[in-house]
Amino acid sequence: METLGPQIIFWAFAALMLGSAFIVVHGKNLVRSAFSLLATFFSAAVFYVMLGADFLAGVQLLVYVGGILTLLVFGVMLTNRIYNLNLETQTFQVLPGALVSLAVFVILTTVVVRTPWSQSALIEDGPTTPIIGRALMTEYVLPFEIASVLLLVALLGAAMLVRRRTDL
Amino acid sequence: MGLKRPDLETKISNLLSPLVVAGAGGALVLIALVPQLAALIREQLQANLSPTAAAVAASAIGVGATVFLVGQLPVFLIWFERKVAAHIQDRLGPMRVGWHGVLQSFADGIKLVFKEDIIVNGADRFLFKLAPFLVLMGAFSAFAVLPWHTGLVVSDLNIGLLYVVAITSLGSIGLLMAGWASNNKYALYGGMRSAAQMVSYEIPTAIVILSVVVQVGSLNLQDVISAQLGGFGNFANWHIFRLYGLNVIGFVLFFICGLAETNRSPFDIPEAESELVAGFHTEYSGIRFGLFFLAEYGAMFFVAGLTVVLYLGGWSGPFFEGPLVFFIKTLALVFVQMWLRWTLPRLRVDQLMALCWKYVIPFAFLVLLVAALASAGAS
Repeated sequence: METLGPQIIFWAFAALMLGSAFIVVHGKNLVRSAFSLLATFFSAAVFYVMLGADFLAGVQLLVYVGGILTLLVFGVMLTNRIYNLNLETQTFQVLPGALVSLAVFVILTTVVVRTPWSQSALIEDGPTTPIIGRALMTEYVLPFEIASVLLLVALLGAAMLVRRRTDL
Repeated sequence: MGLKRPDLETKISNLLSPLVVAGAGGALVLIALVPQLAALIREQLQANLSPTAAAVAASAIGVGATVFLVGQLPVFLIWFERKVAAHIQDRLGPMRVGWHGVLQSFADGIKLVFKEDIIVNGADRFLFKLAPFLVLMGAFSAFAVLPWHTGLVVSDLNIGLLYVVAITSLGSIGLLMAGWASNNKYALYGGMRSAAQMVSYEIPTAIVILSVVVQVGSLNLQDVISAQLGGFGNFANWHIFRLYGLNVIGFVLFFICGLAETNRSPFDIPEAESELVAGFHTEYSGIRFGLFFLAEYGAMFFVAGLTVVLYLGGWSGPFFEGPLVFFIKTLALVFVQMWLRWTLPRLRVDQLMALCWKYVIPFAFLVLLVAALASAGAS
């Protein structure tokens, strides 16, 4: 009971994640692929929860599902239905694609197997939010601020691009 | 006006309306007694089962009870909304089915269940069917962290507020899905408008929530409430009275954002009936339409409940405390939501965005800034 429950949840969501990711890549309908990404992101959040990274799981849902995915679907829908574009994906260059993916797969597997992973003692489950907050505000304050400025610039740029030009 | 109802119908409604009224009263008593009941159940479970099994069973019972309550609430709220609307417009509202129309929602519910389930030609059948469930899931999952009393919450998450902001975004994806899958331009416009609105208003919502988090120092909803306990008359410590009165602004902003997030009037442009037929649920009929309705009223109650937790002390109160106090406060806020709906005209899309980006967000940042400075000064 103690281990069976998490096991079942892990394998169920692993299957869901891989299946939905497969649809994202191989689906013919772009909108369906975009919605299928929802299941992929959600499963990733579930894995974060199972690893005890509760804050990260919340952020995963908030940023990827609430932000990125919504914008993605929004963009796809805008171009698809309103401009009557045909957004079917096609498959071409099968052989080079397969070779490249195979190479990536081999490299990743080698890295995973060869790396001497350092084993740390089991960290007790607990709230991670204060730790993350403290780290962001002390040790990693420079990267944090740079990311903030970058996002601000992006926001200003977007507002600049779509503003109503009264001077023209 | 000369309309003679069949006898059987009169008999049934005469029989059922006292039952429904008594049932509502009984439900209120039950809500008041929930802490005792929960303690009793927990004791029994811990005595008879292993710790893990007891925890699993306790959360299962909690989920069941919450889903039951949240499933019943819309039935009451829809009737309530129709009565409020009617009285604001100097009408009587539903009067025929049962005492003052209390059975009207049940009649409508039965009608919805038995209606033909139409899926239009050219619709994306799978996504069309999935969308109502996703919307409902987004609305109902949020209730898992809503605290009704000390220790009386389905999941006492220490990232409660983050979870709330994250899980409600599932609903906006569901609305987009419904709008797209319907293969109808009005539905598509409705879905896109709602997504644009929700994405925009998520920002001030998160900032206002953050201003409360900064004052409390925790994302846990129970901690938010315990920070508001005590003080004069057990209500002087509520967040709305703190931070030099600036939290009143935060409260109003959060309420506005709540209206926008639940697509309630004056922010109901996603389903503006004068422009878009019915917006994202134009093509839905029968029980699938009913699910959207359930989700909307569930979300309304949740947003009101979250406002109560953040600013009005949750289940604490001047004379009594407990789930009933929380319930009454939340219903009062739901009443204000309905009042606004039948009082204010709908905003235009550009006005909606201007309100969000030019007024709500700057004020939200102001509240956050002062809250952060005040907490930094206090510690």
